[in-house]
Amino acid sequence: MVLGIDASSSSLSNKNLSVLVVDDDPLIRMLHDNYLKHFGLKPHVVENGKEAVKLFQLGIYFNLILMDNEMPIMNGVEATKVLRDMGSTSMIVGVTSRGSPSEMQTFMEAGLDFCFEKPLTFDMIDFILKELNMNDDDDDDTNN
Amino acid sequence: MDRNRLQHQVACMRRSLFDQGYLDEPFIQLEELQDDANPNFVQEIVTLFYTDSARLIQNIEHALNSRPIDFDKLDDYMHQFKGSSSSIGAKKVTNECTVFREYCSAENAEGCIRSFQQVKQEYAILRRKLEVYLQMVRQAAVSRTA
Repeated sequence: MVLGIDASSSSLSNKNLSVLVVDDDPLIRMLHDNYLKHFGLKPHVVENGKEAVKLFQLGIYFNLILMDNEMPIMNGVEATKVLRDMGSTSMIVGVTSRGSPSEMQTFMEAGLDFCFEKPLTFDMIDFILKELNMNDDDDDDTNN
Repeated sequence: MDRNRLQHQVACMRRSLFDQGYLDEPFIQLEELQDDANPNFVQEIVTLFYTDSARLIQNIEHALNSRPIDFDKLDDYMHQFKGSSSSIGAKKVTNECTVFREYCSAENAEGCIRSFQQVKQEYAILRRKLEVYLQMVRQAAVSRTA
């Protein structure tokens, strides 16, 4: 059953969050792009891990990266490892079509904060955004 | 036909699509994203799904006709198909994809060929029903109240 997540109340606090969607499937890119817009975000969208790494190298920071695993050129596991090695502190959430525990574990070990199986639901996005906003609050506290 | 009757027909058809297991939860998320700012969102996503599916079906046909069969490649294509069908809530199609992938990992060529027929059949049925349903939705949207 749909819980009727009310995205509007949180969309004000979400406006300052930058999000990157990394997926080779144009259908999924369009879906996730629209889902995130529904929560008041303006995602950037790229089609493989290498493009995500390039953005990091250009100094562009994202609070949240939604990373597909199975992509050509550079997949999610590789891209996550490279980003962490390069010092990325973004929250990286893996979104995978393969639900096997070992694959999800490999993906997590690459440096993910969370890993979900497709399809992404509003509940999952709500959870991720709550975690993100909590992390931001923690950072504010330690700076005081 | 007046708007109320059309809307009632739309609601009935929608309910039966869910009750009969053709559509699942994720489709409801698509509907929630359709609004005045995004009035054709469901149709746009569904059209993209048709394009994606046509490409993948063709790739799978080709892979099934090759000798020897490359089961890794087959599994890759089918997992993509399963990914997009589950993302729009195409429940029966997704289930048939799962059956296919089981035959694929067992490297059972005959099983793959048989279950692929089922995948294509469920896809064709869903596509027909969605086309009728979405046309009704459009008609109801532009119709006048009697």
